[in-house]
Amino acid sequence: MRLESRSEYSPRAMLFAPIVAVLVTLGVCALLVAWAGAPVGQTYALLFDGAFGSRFALAETLTRATPLILTGLAAAVAFRARLFNIGAEGQLYLGALAAVAVGGMHGGSTFDLPLPLLSALMIAAGAAAGALWLLGPAWMKLKLGVDEVVTTLLLNFVALLLVSMMLDGPMKDPLAMGWPQSVALDPELEFSRLIERSRVHTGLLMACGLAILVWLIERFTTFGFALRAVGANHRAAAFAGLPVGRTVLLCALLSGALAGLAGVGEVAGRTSYVTTDMSPGYGYAGIVIAMLAGLHPLGVLLAALFVAAVQVGADSMSRVVGVPNFIADVIVATALLTMLVATLLTRYRLRWGRT
Amino acid sequence: MMDFLANLFDMLGSASFWVATLRVATPLILGTLGVLICERAGVLNLGIEGIMVAGAFTGWLAVFNGADLWTGVLVAGLVGGVFGLLHAALTVWLTVSQHVAGLGVTLLATSLSAFAYRVSFPQVSTPPTVTAFAPLEGLAGLPLIGPVLAGQTSLTLLAIALVPTVAYLLYRTPMGLALRMVGENPAAAEGQGVDVIAVRTGAVIAGSILMGLAGAFLTLSAFNAFFFNMINGRGWICVALVVFASWRPGKALLGAVLFAAFDAAQLRLQQAGGALPYQIYLMLPYLLSILALIVMARRAAYPQALMKPYRKGER
Amino acid sequence: MNESLPALRLANITKRFGKLVANDDISLELGTGEVLALLGENGAGKSTLVSILFGHYVADEGHIEVFGQPLVPGNPKAALAAGVGMVHQHFALADNLSVLDNVLLGTEPLWLPFSRRRAARARLLHTAARFGLGVDPDARVAALSVGERQRVEILKALYRGAHILILDEPTAVLTPQESESLFATLATLVAEGLSVIFISHKLDEVLRVSARVAVLRGGRLVSVRNTEDTTKTELAELMVGRSVTLPTREPRPHGDMVLNLSGVHAAQGGKTLLDDLSLVVRAGEIVGIAGVSGNGQQALADLLCGTLAADSGEVSVSGQAMRANPRDWIARRVARIPEDRHAVGVVGDLPVWENAASERLHLPAFSCAGIVRGKAARAFTRTLVEQFDVRLSGIDVPARVLSGGNMQKLILGRALSVAGDDVTPTLIVANQPTWGLDIGAVAYVHRCLLDAAAAGAAVLVISEDLDELFAIADRIAVMFKGRLGPALPTEGCSRAAVGLAMAGSAASDTKGASQHAA
Repeated sequence: MRLESRSEYSPRAMLFAPIVAVLVTLGVCALLVAWAGAPVGQTYALLFDGAFGSRFALAETLTRATPLILTGLAAAVAFRARLFNIGAEGQLYLGALAAVAVGGMHGGSTFDLPLPLLSALMIAAGAAAGALWLLGPAWMKLKLGVDEVVTTLLLNFVALLLVSMMLDGPMKDPLAMGWPQSVALDPELEFSRLIERSRVHTGLLMACGLAILVWLIERFTTFGFALRAVGANHRAAAFAGLPVGRTVLLCALLSGALAGLAGVGEVAGRTSYVTTDMSPGYGYAGIVIAMLAGLHPLGVLLAALFVAAVQVGADSMSRVVGVPNFIADVIVATALLTMLVATLLTRYRLRWGRT
Repeated sequence: MMDFLANLFDMLGSASFWVATLRVATPLILGTLGVLICERAGVLNLGIEGIMVAGAFTGWLAVFNGADLWTGVLVAGLVGGVFGLLHAALTVWLTVSQHVAGLGVTLLATSLSAFAYRVSFPQVSTPPTVTAFAPLEGLAGLPLIGPVLAGQTSLTLLAIALVPTVAYLLYRTPMGLALRMVGENPAAAEGQGVDVIAVRTGAVIAGSILMGLAGAFLTLSAFNAFFFNMINGRGWICVALVVFASWRPGKALLGAVLFAAFDAAQLRLQQAGGALPYQIYLMLPYLLSILALIVMARRAAYPQALMKPYRKGER
Repeated sequence: MNESLPALRLANITKRFGKLVANDDISLELGTGEVLALLGENGAGKSTLVSILFGHYVADEGHIEVFGQPLVPGNPKAALAAGVGMVHQHFALADNLSVLDNVLLGTEPLWLPFSRRRAARARLLHTAARFGLGVDPDARVAALSVGERQRVEILKALYRGAHILILDEPTAVLTPQESESLFATLATLVAEGLSVIFISHKLDEVLRVSARVAVLRGGRLVSVRNTEDTTKTELAELMVGRSVTLPTREPRPHGDMVLNLSGVHAAQGGKTLLDDLSLVVRAGEIVGIAGVSGNGQQALADLLCGTLAADSGEVSVSGQAMRANPRDWIARRVARIPEDRHAVGVVGDLPVWENAASERLHLPAFSCAGIVRGKAARAFTRTLVEQFDVRLSGIDVPARVLSGGNMQKLILGRALSVAGDDVTPTLIVANQPTWGLDIGAVAYVHRCLLDAAAAGAAVLVISEDLDELFAIADRIAVMFKGRLGPALPTEGCSRAAVGLAMAGSAASDTKGASQHAA
């Protein structure tokens, strides 16, 4: 077997790749469902129903998609510049922590600010916390050549421990009776409901707006051009006079901020306080979403919806048939691998036999 | 200050400290050797974190279902090898991004283990246990190192024995030379009749088998049950340790033991009830790994073809 | 020696890549103890033919015999076993391994539980002594000179008992003197009964070493000549197939000083790259920098493209001191043509129009408040594509799909056109501008450089191809180990003197003269 570069250029193939990848994934995972002793057709039907089958299901899926869009964007924009930010999970937690630090700790006196200003400050603090957390690894990559994948991965653990430490210490909720959770956000600062009698909050609008904004930046600005050029060929980018280092650092700030905002959205829109289990791996799922979207910011919207649907649907399905909801994680992981292969095949053709 | 030094010497002189150190070091030694073999052949294997989970789970499951301990170890190695084959298929045959494929393998192996655990044990609140490897108390009589070895299990001895073995294979056999060559200049290796794809595939599988064993140590020796978060970043630490070790087996052993000694020391400090929150101590291993990367960054002599896919007929 | 049985016989070899026929029905024999030259331009099919012979590709039609035995196609191992050895143009060596490791690889069964290194070492030293190719088996390859590395490459083949040796452009990286020593080695090899295929596009050396010359053109074997019965002119015509007259320089008046380097030092990672460099290039003149690859030419190019900073010394363009920032150089209308088109020249995955505008995208002509003016950039690209005759299916295709020649034209166009109006660049820095191009494209590039010089640009051309420099440069300077010799008028230069300087023997003696020439 060998690979042959495709000489023709086909943007359409990029559109088909994710569809094929998802179909293959569902096919492979059907085997697992069967192994768990459940009827495949019914399981998938229940999964779909659990994600889209009712007003409540759809609302839950959209709620779940909100942080996923943001972590997906964080990964997509960073990967575009070939900055492998695997630390969105940690950046999300720090974003959430910073939001509560600004919006929950004041107890009515420390920050005597008008509400809109405080709200903006809370959002900015969350974004800044995520951004700064990624700045270190990005700087180390640029100046020392330290692989950012390993550093961002390791910092995820540090971030979570940091959160845990804060929940035991200065940000401990005195009313939680030993339960590890932070003080609550000022209720005034919580995002409002987008759909009544559901958990969908205005964070979804923020996420969608940011997806469009990131797309506009990548497509139409000189920074976006530098981002793409640095990612595709940093030597050529440097030769053409593009500021490679500045672009990577700005990209890190943008990516970290997006992941931090995912944390803000979760706190302000859903939980209102920070716990150490508030993210079931949103940061890692973001990588899958970015890959499924072919790193396209608008594609992230669809990919995040898909992953959210799988996760929400699997929860609901597992309550009916005996298939553990971990099937959602398996589907997401498999989708990542099949998407990788599908993307490769848009650029290379497999040839069997001799050269 | 004198107090601190006295305490330090007490600790370094106590057998129990070194028993703990070697216990912490064992999975790191196995995992680091695994990563080293893959990277020497030019393939980054970030699947390690998940492969350790899968090895820990399947090795334990085999023993739980009545297999003897060594069969459990074998199963863990085989499962590691299968995930290695998947990683090789993606990165060596299909040449997709080694970073992303490795993460994908980790996510897949982790989620599959969790899924299979839940299918096998739908309703358990406390994790079921097995009888783990017993310490080698027969070795207690050896001079000097006797008390330390007596606290270890056969798997630790296996891990330590693997270090010179891997070194010999790498530096003194034709296969080892071929493996190093495909990690340095695959086109040259191909030109001298070496099948680059086959050697890289073999290296990734072999390295992944060791990662599987590293996982099995945790469920069959260090502990006697399987928990979802038991690997907890140990795999990523191994990836950092390989850089620290400059891709040399001897230094990998040194790095793993040094690292484990710090870890054992922080555990003692934590138990002694230091003034700092316990989370600070828990952060240390991760921060140390990053520090190791920074220290070695400038000096690191990477295998030249690391992370460079090899496509036949492409220059 | 058995004269009746050829060492190697290629019969009716045909190889197609899609629509392109890379080798078209080629039949060729190599006699025992013979040096056969394979002559042809870039893209004539030499590399494909050798790749087929060595098992990297499989021919669509035809077959190969080695000493009368058919050769299994598509298997480098089979070629090695049959006694075919290959010395690649870009050495196939692992820098971090020892010479012995590099030679030993693949000569022992892979599953052997130990390596017989002592015996191997003895045999390597014996082989080296027999053919007069001295090397230290324990040296790391990274520590060897280019000539020594080539010796290791040849030893690799001889160690395996090769009877047929294929050398792919072996002199491309050597000084004229090192080349002489290689030719002597070839004579020894042939005297020992080996057969050699010598691949080259340089006519002089082909005439110098070979017994017969096979000329390839457009994938076809156009002629096989006995070397003594042919001439340089005849071979040139056979090789090119039409009479392409390469443009040559004409005397021009030189204007003001444009580029001024004086006492420039640059180092990186503790290694000196540029050592006390001084050079002046005036408006309207072309200065050529000769030298064996790896003697600091890349650093000089980087310095003049704004990607390398000088540690000390003066770097100025038209009297303005320059910083290490590509944008400053672009702003001073310095046209920069990098050596590696794919790795440095373009971002292959981005569309042609973004590549065309990439150097000036931050200027008001192409962006406003950080927003790209796509319409203006596209219009600029369309003009450029037309003016420089870049053949492509549209300006939105990724740059990587362009052929080498068209990619170079795109880069030339980007460097030479200043935002639409016809302002001549003040300075052109061209690093190996014709590397890997066919002769038509070479002529085009030379024409561009000569026209720019005639219009008043100062031009600096860095090249390893002496023919190129002697054709277009007004003055030639030689780089050796980071030092630059005096830039002497081409009329006064002899190839022998330049060759000696490339080997380092003259550079130090004439250091004082460099100030004088400047």
